[in-house]
Amino acid sequence: MSAIVHADDHAHDDHGHHKETFITKYIFNQDHKMISKQYLITGLIMGIIGIAMSLLFRMQLAWPDHKFTIYEVLLGKFGEDGVMDPSIYLALVTIHGTIMVFFVLTAGLSGTFSNLLIPLQIGARDMASGFLNMVSYWLFFLSSVIMVLSLFAEAGPASAGWTVYPPLSALPQAIGGSGTGMTLWLVSMAIFIASSLLGSLNYVVTVINLRTKGMSMTRMPLTIWAFFVTAIIGIVSFPVLLSAALLLIMDRSFGTSFYLSDIYIQGEVLHNQGGSPVLFEHLFWFLGHPEVYIVLLPALGITSEIIATNSRKPIFGYRAMVASILAIAFLSTIVWGHHMFISGMNPFLGSVFTFTTLLIAIPSAVKAFNYITTLWKGNLQLNPAMLFSIGLVSTFITGGLTGIILGDSTLDINVHDTYFVVAHFHLVMGISALYGLFAGVYHWFPKMYGKMMNKNLGYIHFWVTAIGAYGVFFPMHFIGMAGLPRRYYTNSNFPYFDDLTDTNVLITVFALITGAAQLVFLYNFISSIFYGKKAVQNPWKSNTLEWTTPVEHMHGNWPGAIPHVYRWPYDYSKTNENGEYVIAGQDFVSQITPLQENEEEMHH
Amino acid sequence: MTVFLTIVVIALFGITLWQMSKILKLSQLKNEDSQVANDKDNNIHGKLMLAFVIFMYLLTVYCFVQYHTFFLPESASEHGVDYDQLMMISMVLIFVVQFLTQGLLHFFAYKYRGKKGNKALFFADNDKLEFIWTIIPVIVLAGLIIYGLFTWTDIMNIDEEEGDPLIIELYAYQFDWRARYSGEDNVLGKANVRYIEGINTLGVDVSDNYGKDDKITNELHLPVNRKVIFKMRSQDILHSAYMPFFRAQMNVVPGMITEFSYTPTMTSEEMRNSEFMVEKVATINKIRKEKSKKLVAAGDEALEEYTFDYYLLCNKICGVSHYNMQMKIIVESEEDYNAWLKTQQTFGEQLSAQASN
Repeated sequence: MSAIVHADDHAHDDHGHHKETFITKYIFNQDHKMISKQYLITGLIMGIIGIAMSLLFRMQLAWPDHKFTIYEVLLGKFGEDGVMDPSIYLALVTIHGTIMVFFVLTAGLSGTFSNLLIPLQIGARDMASGFLNMVSYWLFFLSSVIMVLSLFAEAGPASAGWTVYPPLSALPQAIGGSGTGMTLWLVSMAIFIASSLLGSLNYVVTVINLRTKGMSMTRMPLTIWAFFVTAIIGIVSFPVLLSAALLLIMDRSFGTSFYLSDIYIQGEVLHNQGGSPVLFEHLFWFLGHPEVYIVLLPALGITSEIIATNSRKPIFGYRAMVASILAIAFLSTIVWGHHMFISGMNPFLGSVFTFTTLLIAIPSAVKAFNYITTLWKGNLQLNPAMLFSIGLVSTFITGGLTGIILGDSTLDINVHDTYFVVAHFHLVMGISALYGLFAGVYHWFPKMYGKMMNKNLGYIHFWVTAIGAYGVFFPMHFIGMAGLPRRYYTNSNFPYFDDLTDTNVLITVFALITGAAQLVFLYNFISSIFYGKKAVQNPWKSNTLEWTTPVEHMHGNWPGAIPHVYRWPYDYSKTNENGEYVIAGQDFVSQITPLQENEEEMHH
Repeated sequence: MTVFLTIVVIALFGITLWQMSKILKLSQLKNEDSQVANDKDNNIHGKLMLAFVIFMYLLTVYCFVQYHTFFLPESASEHGVDYDQLMMISMVLIFVVQFLTQGLLHFFAYKYRGKKGNKALFFADNDKLEFIWTIIPVIVLAGLIIYGLFTWTDIMNIDEEEGDPLIIELYAYQFDWRARYSGEDNVLGKANVRYIEGINTLGVDVSDNYGKDDKITNELHLPVNRKVIFKMRSQDILHSAYMPFFRAQMNVVPGMITEFSYTPTMTSEEMRNSEFMVEKVATINKIRKEKSKKLVAAGDEALEEYTFDYYLLCNKICGVSHYNMQMKIIVESEEDYNAWLKTQQTFGEQLSAQASN
């Protein structure tokens, strides 16, 4: 953290700030760069918990008859004698999903990079409201703490699946985890939503109001477009999840019947009448589906920037990329029903949602083709960030294609809730977004910490993860095609699935190896913060504004006046008519460089 | 096997750590290293990209060769044939696209790996190209959507008037299934969980005469080649009735009645004797035999030999025993079905038997 210590001096010199204490510097800091680091580190810690959970339940799936002492060590009474309890299996699955989707990929990814890059790349001194930004982080932190605390609930944490469909999630009689565990889950999520909304509003306001002179909307890097649109989807859809959660809280605690009707459980008829779980499904997925894109769009934005920079080429079809982001964002809010084809809703609705869902494949395809074309005839600098970006395009295509099957209401009938679905969404949103997160960390680490990450460890991390991720999720499609349901504690009650055992073992072995590879990343991350090689100002020779700031952090980002912008961010390898680079001997032109003599402005 | 795999995992992890420390040492020796990819890195990782796409192709081929027996057998229901055909078309399509795009992506990453002095092409836009790869997905997807929607409408359009469908209630509760046959009148008696009392475990309305001849069973018998309409009801929470061999699935929702309909076309016997199933069951029994040997050696009971039967399973998370919520389905000839049904008590008989006790 030495970089920050130095930054302190600068702040003194340039702005005459009052002296910072430990508390104002590291805890209640309103500087967007520090908040982004706080988001990243909290997100990574949650990620460790989430991934460790997945390894535990993968072990259970691969070796259901085997006793593992580690269960007893980590799960306590739920892992007595090394046998995993079925209820804790469901809890692990539930909390893994919740943590990965919300805490790692929403807050950890979008929170980190929106905070870091929005002010830096649009040329602003900070977010529109530093205070709200700080509140947003601390609400996120609070919700993380509550979520982790819920793991210690007497009857177990929430275990109704990350989608928490009632009545299972509403009735403690139905499953132990729906008692205190579920209450804490709902409280945590309510706070998380508040945090997410404060963050998103701030991002939108900042992007609209605080762009520097010359930074028109069409000169914004695609990262900013992605964060901007993501924030808008968040504002539109997260409140709906809050209302879903509030009604669920009412059903659970105040005897209302929004989601409950005609229930007889444990020898007793409940008084509830007239509600419908399908209502909850609609409300949940009205957030739940856009959430996929809230997770994915920032990753796609990050890779757009990284691929262009490392290809030494402009991103192909900038306007088409922006248009696809907008189209995906719009469509994402009207496709939620494809999670509910067989929920009992009117089949006609199924037809409508099939139509809108398959439409979303079009902007997605355009994006994939544009990435590939950006690589074509480039001069690819294969830094770890670039490898992860290419990896993202690969998993995005593989996972996206199976979406064509799942988005088709007819085909969904027989693969719904099988491992085919698990394979699909892990590749297209889980792994892809994680790759985006890793790419972003490798690429912007010099900006965050003033140090370089070790590239060789980065390479090991990438290749083991890339092979491992496909090793886990590719065979998983096939066991899904066998009709193997997800969320089964063991498959041994169906002899028909006996021949899938070896594949399950294979998947788990890949998962363990891939999990171990993440330790390489953690080691690299932590050791580079302290012992990494000192970064230069613009290590990747990039055009965007963040690389015009000094390596050492300071309040206000730029020591003097805020730079003006004269061109779009993708003037890589741009040549004059005579075939020479626009600036002799340099294959990039920073956004703050005015148009040169004889230079033609293109494409914006 | 387990021990071996554990050792492999630990060994691989050890190797990773060892390699890591070695690389760390190496990287510390050369202090001038900027940690930015140089020509050597570009060369190595460009080639690895090419190797990676070959790995992906091999993985795909391996999975298809090794796991083709995992695919479900030919459909045992009428609409399932259309389903399988649509699935086949979609699969072929996505694998072609997958093959081409992954190939291009990784090949470009290899072919254009950076080298000092190389010049990238400033190529920012091309309306024609963009148009082409917007319009192709539009046309292909339009085809798929239309085909899919016709099939969907056919499957989901449940007409009780058409033909002579058999009406059966599927009743789900934590953690089992019951089937209620509508009896002579082919009309189910009214039911609600509020009527549940004593032996009336499904909450059938005792005052409703349509319910008297209903028959409640814990096995699902279906006559072959006759349309069945399932009316699904849940006692407590969400369940999902999944019948993979019939390409059928529908959630079971407390507070409402959901429906699904299909016509079974293959009896259990026919499916059991199909080439696919004979082979599959043989493999499974081989695995079970080997497992049994270990179990017996450890002093446990051996596993039973497996014979195939259709099953219905719960496919919506429903609590701790979700993984074992199943019901046997038997598809048989009309005569066998009728003979079996005759042996089952009607709801009315059950009630009077109870009363006389």
